[in-house]
Amino acid sequence: MSLLQPKTLKPMSTSEAIAYAVKQANVDVIAAYPITPQTIIVERLSEYVNNGELDAEYVAVESEHSAMSACVAASLTGARVFTSTASQGLALMHEVLYVASGLRCPIVMAIANRALSAPINIHCDHSDVMGSRDAGWVHIFVENAQQAYDRIFQAFRLAEDNDILLPVGVNLDGFFLSHAVEGVATISDSEAALFLPPRKAKYYIDSSMPMTFGAFALPDWYFEIKYQVVEAMEKVPKKLAEVEEAYYKMTGRMYGHVGAYRTEDADVCLICAGSAAATAKFSVARMREKGIKAGLLSIRLFRPFPVESILPHVKDAKALIVMDRAMSPGAPSAPIGQDIKTMLYDAGLNIPVANFVYGLGGRDISAAEFESITTKVIEDLKAGRPIERGVKYWGVRI
Amino acid sequence: MMSVSEIKSIKELYGLDLIAPGHRACAGCGALVGVRQILLASKRPLIVVNATSCLEVTSTPYPQTMWKVPWVHLLFENAAAAASGIEAALKVLSRKYGRQEHYIIAFGGDGGTFDIGIQALSGALERGHRFLYVCYDNEAYMNTGIQRSGATPLGAATTTSPVGARIVGKQQQKKDLMEIVVAHKIPYAATASPSHWKDLVNKVRKAQSYDGPSFIHLIATCTRGWYFDPSESIKVARLAVETRYWPLYEVENGRYRITNPVPNPKPLEEFLKVQRRLSHLLLPENADLLEKLKAYVNERWERLNKLSTCFA
Repeated sequence: MSLLQPKTLKPMSTSEAIAYAVKQANVDVIAAYPITPQTIIVERLSEYVNNGELDAEYVAVESEHSAMSACVAASLTGARVFTSTASQGLALMHEVLYVASGLRCPIVMAIANRALSAPINIHCDHSDVMGSRDAGWVHIFVENAQQAYDRIFQAFRLAEDNDILLPVGVNLDGFFLSHAVEGVATISDSEAALFLPPRKAKYYIDSSMPMTFGAFALPDWYFEIKYQVVEAMEKVPKKLAEVEEAYYKMTGRMYGHVGAYRTEDADVCLICAGSAAATAKFSVARMREKGIKAGLLSIRLFRPFPVESILPHVKDAKALIVMDRAMSPGAPSAPIGQDIKTMLYDAGLNIPVANFVYGLGGRDISAAEFESITTKVIEDLKAGRPIERGVKYWGVRI
Repeated sequence: MMSVSEIKSIKELYGLDLIAPGHRACAGCGALVGVRQILLASKRPLIVVNATSCLEVTSTPYPQTMWKVPWVHLLFENAAAAASGIEAALKVLSRKYGRQEHYIIAFGGDGGTFDIGIQALSGALERGHRFLYVCYDNEAYMNTGIQRSGATPLGAATTTSPVGARIVGKQQQKKDLMEIVVAHKIPYAATASPSHWKDLVNKVRKAQSYDGPSFIHLIATCTRGWYFDPSESIKVARLAVETRYWPLYEVENGRYRITNPVPNPKPLEEFLKVQRRLSHLLLPENADLLEKLKAYVNERWERLNKLSTCFA
């Protein structure tokens, strides 16, 4: 069964697809605070709860800080927990994100990626999640409504695995995805229940086994406890592949750690994450028609960074173009650019990398722009000119 | 009014201790005495939530713990939000899977309650979660080294409101947290002191009898931050009550009642002179500060007295 021939397609925005999956995942607690462009997700969930379609407690907290705090506490109590936020909300949660991973809470959070103030802006970029990337969360980027729907089930199953017990962020581009309506193939409630039975927490807050959660760890223990997050993170790529395999058997749909398109013989490989991947794919297809040997690699699993899954696709390219929808002022590369360059260095590869920051604050990027960026790099390669290193800011008026 | 059986004898509390010996709190810590009393009084099964504070730090030096009950600490400002999450989780898990319901008590210091945690507290009170929030108030950020908070009284010397040549101690009156809490129209709010343990036990019992949020504001004498001999801790707490500095009262469904009338109060000076953080108020050059503090104490008492009379 291919994605193009599902049994039925339901028209849904990515936000609605996520809310529907969360309902089918039979979550116990949702604690959330509204923020554009995440609102549709929590509005739908509120409707499900208030209409009795989902037996869950919806805690309408007074801030994102409290949202994540309530989520962590509910998760420690053994509940299946979901929340959603964006932008300032994720920034306000920041310190709690570390508690979620440090206390090994398998929370799933949909992040409708949005720019950070100032200036205030409600539109898409990845500044929010990049600011939280070291908090010990698994991060997945989705590229359309179908991926978002499917990833919610996978995220819960991955997060709640006793070998993992890490929170998972499912990142969807604000507006570009959150508000875009597409046809989505859904699974039945019984399939959902089979794939994702109720959570069975190994340790949880209960007087039947009184335990201390969140103790004060001094230099004699802090490092070891934090290291356990690294150990769990290292198990994620293999575990996610297993989860995807099980999901594939049920649905015929699988996404992998990366999305690769015509990378096998590409001279130049574009690398990006999120909704721009679809635009870039279209652009690569058009370039190929013109005989330009471009390829695309989209980062779907961002944390842990799936080096083993990326390398085979890019190791033979003559140059890489890393497109970052977030900036890191003062840093030698933008966030994904840093990861790619580190990966290449560790692999002993000296492939030139052109790193572009694009699309901040929701500025669109077109297929023609991807082509223009790629063509310039290919021309430089042909002419024997060095690829311009460092970070460039695509489309900014200087 | 909720009818709750009042404690007759301390024997009722024998064998109910929920904290183990060996915690790292200072000798003479009023907070630990009060917390122990609250746990003795509490209904069970119980879950304790703790804001970052002296109590959290001194009770859980990993891999040891003082707590014989399930205990959770997340951060400084979010104890009320954490309690909300636990309450919501237990509610739905008991409904869906038969999990046992628990009583929940959240402890926060004055910094974690008056200042950085007041938003989370307000949200949780407004949403009506069933839990008891206890603010143990030692009137400054003692855990970080005695910095002033919104709970620090006028004139008090702290490390961020020192007695200087130009400015003498804290220049603002203490925030009236009880009034803020009462404004949320929760079923039960009360003040308490470890020196008046029967009063405290009864208040915990009352608080936990309500199906909603409740609040106890506990004075927590601090030997390090107030500068008195560790052996004097309960005496200092008692002086706070006897001088009307710390009125013991409750607000039950909006009805005020002074639970410990102080018809013949000791002079406020009796409370001030035993602690170095405040004893400089007795110097002639600080007479204006002393008058303002006395006025604050008197006006609050008179107001509470009038409110109590209204509802009598």
